[in-house]
Amino acid sequence: MRRALRWLMALCVVVATSTAAYAADPRAIDLRPLVQALGSGGYSGTEKALAQLSEAGDPAAVPVIEALQAGDLHVRKADGAVVIARKAGDAFTLTDPLTRAALGDAPAAAVEKIRINNALRRAISASLGALTLMSPDAGVRRSAADAVFKSRDASALETLSAAIAKEQDKGIRAAMEQARAAILLTGEAASKMTDAEIQAATDTLTARGDRDALVLLNMVAGSGASDITKRSAAAAVSTLEQKLAFWAALQNLWYGLSLGSVLLLAAIGLAVTFGVMGVINMAHGEMVMIGAYTTFMVQEAFRAYAPGLFDLSILVALPAAFLVSGGVGIIIERSVIRWLYGRPLETLLATWGLSLALQQAVRSIFGPTNREVGAPSWMSGAFELGGLTITYGRLWIVIFAFTVFAALLVALKRTWFGLSIRAVTQNRPMANAMGIRTARVDALTFGLGSGIAGLAGVALSQIDNVSPNLGQGYIIDSFMVVVFGGVGNLWGTLVGALTLGSINKFLEPYAGAVLGKILVLIFIILFIQRRPRGLFALKGRSVEA
Amino acid sequence: MRTKQLTSSFGISALAGLAMGAMAAMSAPAMAQDTIKVGILHSLSGTMAISETTLKDVMLMLIDEQNKKGGLLGKKLEPVVVDPASNWPLFAEKARELISKDKVSAVFGCWTSVSRKSVLPVFEELNNILFYPVQYEGEESSRNVFYTGAAPNQQAVPAVDYLMEKEKVQRWVLAGTDYVYPRTTNKILEAYLKSKGVKPEDIMINYTPFGHSDWQSIVADIKKFGSAGKKTAVVSTINGDANVPFYKELGNQGVKAQDIPVVAFSVGEEELAGIDTKPLLGHLAAWNYFQSVETPSNSDFIKAWKAYTKNDKRVTNDPMEAHYIGFNMWVKAVEAAGTTEPDKVIDAMVGVSVPNLTGGYSAMLPNHHITKPVLIGEVQENGQFDVVSKTPGLVPGDEWSDYLPDSKDLIADWRKPMSCGNFNVKTGKCGGKGS
Repeated sequence: MRRALRWLMALCVVVATSTAAYAADPRAIDLRPLVQALGSGGYSGTEKALAQLSEAGDPAAVPVIEALQAGDLHVRKADGAVVIARKAGDAFTLTDPLTRAALGDAPAAAVEKIRINNALRRAISASLGALTLMSPDAGVRRSAADAVFKSRDASALETLSAAIAKEQDKGIRAAMEQARAAILLTGEAASKMTDAEIQAATDTLTARGDRDALVLLNMVAGSGASDITKRSAAAAVSTLEQKLAFWAALQNLWYGLSLGSVLLLAAIGLAVTFGVMGVINMAHGEMVMIGAYTTFMVQEAFRAYAPGLFDLSILVALPAAFLVSGGVGIIIERSVIRWLYGRPLETLLATWGLSLALQQAVRSIFGPTNREVGAPSWMSGAFELGGLTITYGRLWIVIFAFTVFAALLVALKRTWFGLSIRAVTQNRPMANAMGIRTARVDALTFGLGSGIAGLAGVALSQIDNVSPNLGQGYIIDSFMVVVFGGVGNLWGTLVGALTLGSINKFLEPYAGAVLGKILVLIFIILFIQRRPRGLFALKGRSVEA
Repeated sequence: MRTKQLTSSFGISALAGLAMGAMAAMSAPAMAQDTIKVGILHSLSGTMAISETTLKDVMLMLIDEQNKKGGLLGKKLEPVVVDPASNWPLFAEKARELISKDKVSAVFGCWTSVSRKSVLPVFEELNNILFYPVQYEGEESSRNVFYTGAAPNQQAVPAVDYLMEKEKVQRWVLAGTDYVYPRTTNKILEAYLKSKGVKPEDIMINYTPFGHSDWQSIVADIKKFGSAGKKTAVVSTINGDANVPFYKELGNQGVKAQDIPVVAFSVGEEELAGIDTKPLLGHLAAWNYFQSVETPSNSDFIKAWKAYTKNDKRVTNDPMEAHYIGFNMWVKAVEAAGTTEPDKVIDAMVGVSVPNLTGGYSAMLPNHHITKPVLIGEVQENGQFDVVSKTPGLVPGDEWSDYLPDSKDLIADWRKPMSCGNFNVKTGKCGGKGS
């Protein structure tokens, strides 16, 4: 009955608007005027036509809707025809949206894009979902089920039931059943359902167990549904909330680890220059910034000469940033800092001035605006682990921070260079007497610390602005970590960074970001009063040196 | 060693002497009689350089164009650029220098509200004119300042209206950086939302420090807040550098505009230039101007800007349009007054109407704010905004918000005989509450 009505409607539209030219293809008769209607009436006109198009239930509409989503659907100004136009050089290549017949080229001015807004984007994914539930491609079916779950489009119910009956894949069937439950519980159907059916539907949603399910159950619990529906939804909500609270605590732990690893990366270079050498280096943040700009330069080179290998750009940027920042560090040590050993106040002022100079230099060369550093594909997006959302970028930064830490530890403990550094910092005259060129070791140590800061810059370019001010945001935090952990102890830096990161992230949801930061500072002040040398204080004679 | 030091210090002083000589030669008074000086007070270094440098460039371009048209009152315009270095007290110092030493006829400058508050007493004391081009929190009106950016009712309130009507939003996250503009705007918005029947538990207010870069838990919080079964939106007054990591985190955590749209008041084309905008598709911004607006005057402006900066990738944004409007208004007022004397120009300013870049005219109101259209745009993949809503008419800037108890009875009118920035209509006296 409904189908017949639909045909009748379509027929009327066709008779009213179109010629017999399209009569040869039965599909085209059905869809042509609707596709044509997408191009008129602004957002609301497009939305109305889209609703009719998906109501027609013909999969032939899918490519048209996909073109609309991608922004390829245009109106040809000459005759008002809706066409697919794809950019080819300066002009557009036109094709017919339904028959896929080529319609030649047109200049950009001859076509006008059919614009879409958020409401339309929602409608598009809903109708694509409803239309592709029966797709032979399993991936398409899965995303279709997800789209229907989100749209809760009651008109898709029939197709959905048919799709569930046919579905072989367990996971996709579950997703489809969840979508069905969502439609049933929120739609008008809910009032006609039996208690058992309602219970089954809420159970299906509870089994899904994520935030989207919670949204739905909350919606049901707060809606004008029957008492039984509401009660069963409310029970499901409290079960789900408990489960989500558990995952939220774990998630917080992960955030803490992730923030801690960023702090570790920023502080670890300082642990060398300040912790080991005792130089109060206020320009440390600028070394980080230089590392980030080196990443930008490397990426620009990749964009220009090898766009296909862009995913590798970060790997190339790592040694480059280490060398550039390390080189700048050595120059600074040779030209400024070596004259100031043993004079902390002057060092502080000189390096503060240097940091301003470096910032302004970068601002003059690269401009004051942010530079775009892209994320390689293996660092974008996120994955779900149980109830945790872990973003790849953060995961790699955690791994990277620990790798750098381990490498530095090995370098200091197991190499000749590390031995000389320790010798020089522990007893300079004796090291000198043993034939170590202390001046050179000083320069190289400072270079090492700066180089590591450069490495941090590569990682930070992925999560923060690449701007001349990048380093300023990290200098205070870095000093906090090093002082809290214990000056001169790398393990202290590690523990300090992770502790501060976790405290910060556990405070943030309760106290807010501003107060959280203040509380952490107060905590450190109190802590330093009790233990002035930090968590892991150096003991023995080297302390006095 | 000693001689070396001596020679080097001699070299430095010689150099310094040379430089000073050169500077003196450059600002030789011979030209002073024949030019009208215009002060440009924007930070070219420090944190705010990211936003303000562009405004300095656009002012230089506007002055250059005016000079090509034959200048003003038969004289050439001469820009005087100073750098207050994102340092608020230095703004006041540099403003004083511009007015007292350089004798400028008007100043175009400031970005943050703090910097404006810092220079305000200077302009009032020395009786000069400041054109302030940035959207701000309102609650102020000075005889010596012309506010060409948006007041809250020209940006924040219409944006919230749009979300309420078109997206049916019922639950609100007001997220901002912790300083005066977001705090005042959020106070106004909170009062406005409550007046529209939004319950207090449906409003979440969150502040973050300047340059906040770790948004993981806050974005997770927003997601959690948005899962109560009601349509949720984020109203963002997050400022400057903190936006990039915020949007990156939104993209990473999969917060799509279809589900939880974010409408921002401080994010324009310039800020988006540093991010990959694909995951941000559909998030919103409210301004009075977008680069993507298709009008002949705008395409001329963009063309001129790209030619002037010799960079095809430079974008235009809302505060630039504000300077464009402000500068043209000043030119018109000076021509009408026949002099650049501040008192006469201030009187001539009210009522001046000039074309804006979105296809209409903006007029200077008696409260020293201007009329503007309000546009809502959605972020596109190319880093531009697609205008999805435009107010049918122009919205007059309202300096004292009607939604705050302290300011709802106040109005400003700088025409004689009232000539008052905070006239209390209840008591009928000039000088009511408010800062």
